[in-house]
Amino acid sequence: MTTPTIPLAISASTVSSALGRGLAAQLAALRQGRTGLRRNDFGSAPQLGWIGRVDGVEAVALPPALADWDCRNNRLAWLGLQQDGFLDRVHDARQRHGARRVALLLGTSTASIGATEEAYRRLDAAGRFPTDLRQPALHAPHSLGAFVAAALALQGPCLTISTACSSSAKVFASAARMIALGLADAAVVGGVDSLCDNVLFGFNALELISPDACRPFDANRDGISLGEAAGFTLLERIDTAPHAPRLLGYGEASDAWHMSSPHPDGHGAELALDAALARAGIHASQVDYLNLHGTASRANDAMEAALVARRFPATTRVSSTKGCTGHTLGAAGIVEATIALQAIEHGFVPGNVGVATPDPACSAQFAWQGEERRVDVALSNSFGFGGNNACLVFGRAP
Amino acid sequence: MTSMELHVEGIGLWSPRLGDFAALRALLAGEAPAASDAPIAALLPANERRRAPGSVRLAVEVAGQALGMGGYDPTALACVFASAHGDQSITDEICATLARAPTELSPTRFHHSVHNASAGYWTIATGCRAPSSAMCAGAHTFGAALLEAATQALAEQRPVLLVCSDTAGSGPLLEMTGCGSAFGCALLLTPEAGANALARLRLRMADDCPAPTPAPAALRDEAAGNPCAAALPLLALLATRGGVCRVGCATAMDLLVDVEVAD
Repeated sequence: MTTPTIPLAISASTVSSALGRGLAAQLAALRQGRTGLRRNDFGSAPQLGWIGRVDGVEAVALPPALADWDCRNNRLAWLGLQQDGFLDRVHDARQRHGARRVALLLGTSTASIGATEEAYRRLDAAGRFPTDLRQPALHAPHSLGAFVAAALALQGPCLTISTACSSSAKVFASAARMIALGLADAAVVGGVDSLCDNVLFGFNALELISPDACRPFDANRDGISLGEAAGFTLLERIDTAPHAPRLLGYGEASDAWHMSSPHPDGHGAELALDAALARAGIHASQVDYLNLHGTASRANDAMEAALVARRFPATTRVSSTKGCTGHTLGAAGIVEATIALQAIEHGFVPGNVGVATPDPACSAQFAWQGEERRVDVALSNSFGFGGNNACLVFGRAP
Repeated sequence: MTSMELHVEGIGLWSPRLGDFAALRALLAGEAPAASDAPIAALLPANERRRAPGSVRLAVEVAGQALGMGGYDPTALACVFASAHGDQSITDEICATLARAPTELSPTRFHHSVHNASAGYWTIATGCRAPSSAMCAGAHTFGAALLEAATQALAEQRPVLLVCSDTAGSGPLLEMTGCGSAFGCALLLTPEAGANALARLRLRMADDCPAPTPAPAALRDEAAGNPCAAALPLLALLATRGGVCRVGCATAMDLLVDVEVAD
């Protein structure tokens, strides 16, 4: 069941979130222990908690050839693709392998539902969508994958994974399988989620939104802060980029427990961890840093703190970075994958921002403050609604 | 790239006039179909069945049919749930509520609206702790999901349950989706032929994408407008004597599927 994954090179990556545009902005903010959260100033009801909003999305203009795809989610995707020279790196990969040999696998939970919400607010006298929003491809959950495929001129296998908050972690698993079987020579993976009424009022209805900035693993944590983000990486075989950091393994598992709360014993999360470690061929004791799912919901953080305590030695450092970015839902997997990769590249463990009183259930592994230390192996946990768990293992090139 | 070879050990199907794969076989053998009952989703506990949205009942119905043929343990069976539109009725309701009175959004409606609601209900009902996924690819949803499930089955050497379904749309959104009729299907795919193998599939990515194979004449109007109906040409081959069909799996890429039906 757990045939070893051939390690893959992460030959390019980029991220944009409330911490800023591009990898350097994210690294600087994490090093400073700075949060990107602000009081909710988005949408129809600004009173709902705090949010991790990306500045300037409204001002992004898509190129004329892509104008039919215009919506907040695709603007954020386009903004994200512009950073860190990522477009050029994909262009090079397309030249190197051919457009049909580069797969595109993206995760999202919101896709462009924000545009559908807007259409319902502006229905015409006949009860139809307003003419400017009559773009069928925009009102479908594959809007993100189809838009980015057009933007990057990729012609290989293309799909959108939507398993809530594990979406853009699971794309790494799908890409690794496709490359292992020779269906593609490279893959662009990532995810984009954008703020919209659906998630703000939806999580509000579930009583999961904190009135203040979220406090992952605080004894008094009282819910999540939603965020938005776009992130992408380029995966290739290691001979193409022998010195690049690597995807060493992935694990996926289901809780079989509840639609909107995690298994209290973390059973599915632990199965995903076990599968990821087995594929990477390493033991938990070799993990230097684990980026936690750490949403600041009571249930998730209790489950995950217990998992850390029972599975990792004190030499493994762990933290949630959602106090900085907010919970970017379908984009959380890719955002936190880039953080794990930065931990390896820059020898840095981000602190668990937002905590005043650490939950006593948290063991010695928690990095409450940032730490400068060498990281060779970094994991990232992503757990979604419906009990959908994923764990990724990244490592330094030997 | 060599072709990907795998086996079909279970087939589920539901449309308004075809209640299962046997009904498709009968139809293609020239028998007049009876209207099918609403999807039962018998694997869901009764209270969950009442609560579950239509998209979940359809997906669980066809998934359950395929599982029933294959004889695999669902607790360890990986699954891929694909749908081009998710639950359109719920999207319609939620967007109407958000436009009118956003704070009245129901928490149940919201958690039913996630694209992986069917995967969630399925894994909870069957005790499945294996990997589960939920995906979409627009008009190419079936082909992309077939590729994803086949890839997982072969790369990880494990059986994978593929489920592809879309319900009928409603409200203003329907004009955008054009999906006015429900259709769902499921294939239990395995890397090795088991005792219950129904057919062998050979999948190959085509270098071109002229036009997907049309469905047989008897199925031309089946679930018109439903993206998952793209599975019908393959299902028709499985229901008859096999053969080759072309299924779109990306904008510029088709899958060539060679079906060899077991004796």
